[in-house]
Amino acid sequence: MPIASQISMVPVVVDDEKCIADKGCRTCIDVCPLDVLWINEDTGKAHMKYDECWYCMPCEADCPTDAVTVNIPYLLR
Amino acid sequence: MTLPDDITVTDIDVLVIGGGTAGPMAAITAKEQNPNASVMLLEKANVKRSGAISMGMDGLNNAVVPGHSEPEDYVKEITIANDGIVLQKGVMAYAQGSFDMIQKLDQWGVYFQKDETGEYDMKKVHHLGTYVLPMPEGHNIKKILYRRLRRHRVTIENRYQAIRLLKDKDGSVSGCIALGTRDADIIVIRAKAVVMCTGAAGRIGLPASGYLFGTYENPSNCGDGHSMAYHAGAELTGLECYQINPLLKDYNGPACAYVTGPLGGYTANSQGDRFIECDYWSGQMMMEFYNELQGGKGPVFLKLDHLAEETIQEIEHVLHTNERPSRGRFHDGRGTDYRTSMVEMHISEIGFCAGHSASGVWVNEKGETTIPGLYGAGDMASIPHSYMLGAFVYGQICGENATQYALEREIPELDEAFILAERDRILAPLKRADGIPPSQFEYKVRRLVNDYLQPPKVTKKMDIGLARLKAMVDDIQHLYARDAHELLRANEAQHVFDCAQMAAVASMYRTESRWGLYHNYVDYPLTDNEKWFCHVQLFKDEHDEMSCKTKPIDPYVVELDEHEKNAYQQMRVQAV
Repeated sequence: MPIASQISMVPVVVDDEKCIADKGCRTCIDVCPLDVLWINEDTGKAHMKYDECWYCMPCEADCPTDAVTVNIPYLLR
Repeated sequence: MTLPDDITVTDIDVLVIGGGTAGPMAAITAKEQNPNASVMLLEKANVKRSGAISMGMDGLNNAVVPGHSEPEDYVKEITIANDGIVLQKGVMAYAQGSFDMIQKLDQWGVYFQKDETGEYDMKKVHHLGTYVLPMPEGHNIKKILYRRLRRHRVTIENRYQAIRLLKDKDGSVSGCIALGTRDADIIVIRAKAVVMCTGAAGRIGLPASGYLFGTYENPSNCGDGHSMAYHAGAELTGLECYQINPLLKDYNGPACAYVTGPLGGYTANSQGDRFIECDYWSGQMMMEFYNELQGGKGPVFLKLDHLAEETIQEIEHVLHTNERPSRGRFHDGRGTDYRTSMVEMHISEIGFCAGHSASGVWVNEKGETTIPGLYGAGDMASIPHSYMLGAFVYGQICGENATQYALEREIPELDEAFILAERDRILAPLKRADGIPPSQFEYKVRRLVNDYLQPPKVTKKMDIGLARLKAMVDDIQHLYARDAHELLRANEAQHVFDCAQMAAVASMYRTESRWGLYHNYVDYPLTDNEKWFCHVQLFKDEHDEMSCKTKPIDPYVVELDEHEKNAYQQMRVQAV
């Protein structure tokens, strides 16, 4: 059963300049109820790895450096 | 037989599955009851921000506060709103614990709105009584619960999805098998008593937006507990009484009539006219909502544009900082301003949720399921219309009773052959080289649910829907996951799949219509109290098939007057 990968515009945006995940912070990753925020192996910063968002906002509310913005998923806008 | 080293076994007195609302209360209560007991709270996400109230809650929808209502009044109202099909003793146990729980939460630092004399500022939203207590600063409730969990030294295990319950030779529950969502490791928690608090089954239907995770419920609440209970042999009840809610269109969050109603907001048709007498969520109210949407006077709207500026600001403060705070962002994106435009509403996808309707794993007034040692609380368990406060009260009841049960029990034996077979089944999608992605499998299940199982319910449609679902059983052996996260989704998708079949089987069993839109069965349009004044219990039969049976309604503890019984049948505003 062959598979394909499709791209998806994700709702959560992390500002790499402000994100301190490379210094060990895991706040947004820890609080996400759907576990869709992970470390980007290339940058060491947090990013949204899976487009499975409830736009619930703990990631944005709890981020210590205001690096996270939750947008409404495109299909709902 | 012994278990291999890669399966860790942890022994616990009381295991609580699900750390959202009921779960933390059950775990805290267990420790309060017996500080020496070992208590574990197992959570698929992170207890700090998990479950339906991850961003707090804007009010209590069912506060039974002396001076405003008595427990008997509340039991009556909920009985009438559910067309009589309730375990009244269960509703009464909630009602009697309601005020004590409010005071407990108040002491813990949860802020409830008070009037100028310092009394709780109760609002009327229900059809008959007064039960709504606003919590304009309710955004910090998870933090308060978390502090309590730490203080009582509850063991917290985050990022593990419980997948199957374990039972001993006598048929009592003996723990669960769970999957690590980050590393795909398998763990076994051996427990003397288990409290399930896994939330609603909110991913059965597909939201109108088509976005799999744009559900009304927190999508992590996908029916894990319903599926686990079913496979363990527990009875579920009222699954034909779907949860369907009136929501902001596309955003799919509450509108929210309980916040705006007491301040003058209401549900209106496209002409701006009120068409329902009462915005409290019931099947009868949803039926009128559906009729208005379909009847040429839709869309339906939340109307606030007639309110004063300071009232609008108050509403915005509550709605845009609590429970679903991204609401404001959604409105901004579309240029919707409560001051100048009505807000389009729609009806949600179907789900199972005792918090708002009456469906779930059967529990009695002690929180006991039909499996010894297994308890259930919150949106997953069957006490109707329990909302957040009901989850806390039943969390407490289950915490007390599970602790007692555990005290009287030896460490149970494990069924190792079952555990090994489950490990292989759970991990199988990760071992394949390719196959069906969980998202495609789940989309198909939920699209079939929308096409064939949503009300109005029609036998022929439900027959086709169930047949199409059953044809997907073979697809399970082709599910494919590339990593631990996709494996989590693959297991969730199977629970969603179980729940979809439960919706069809239970709906076709009850050959009448009841609860307004929730069980609007076109082939049987009338309510048949002669035959169907009973619960419908769904269970796994001796052939491993999904079966139903009736269960008589226990004698009422609060009798209804004849004239009260139809109060919820008269929802439509009469023409003047």
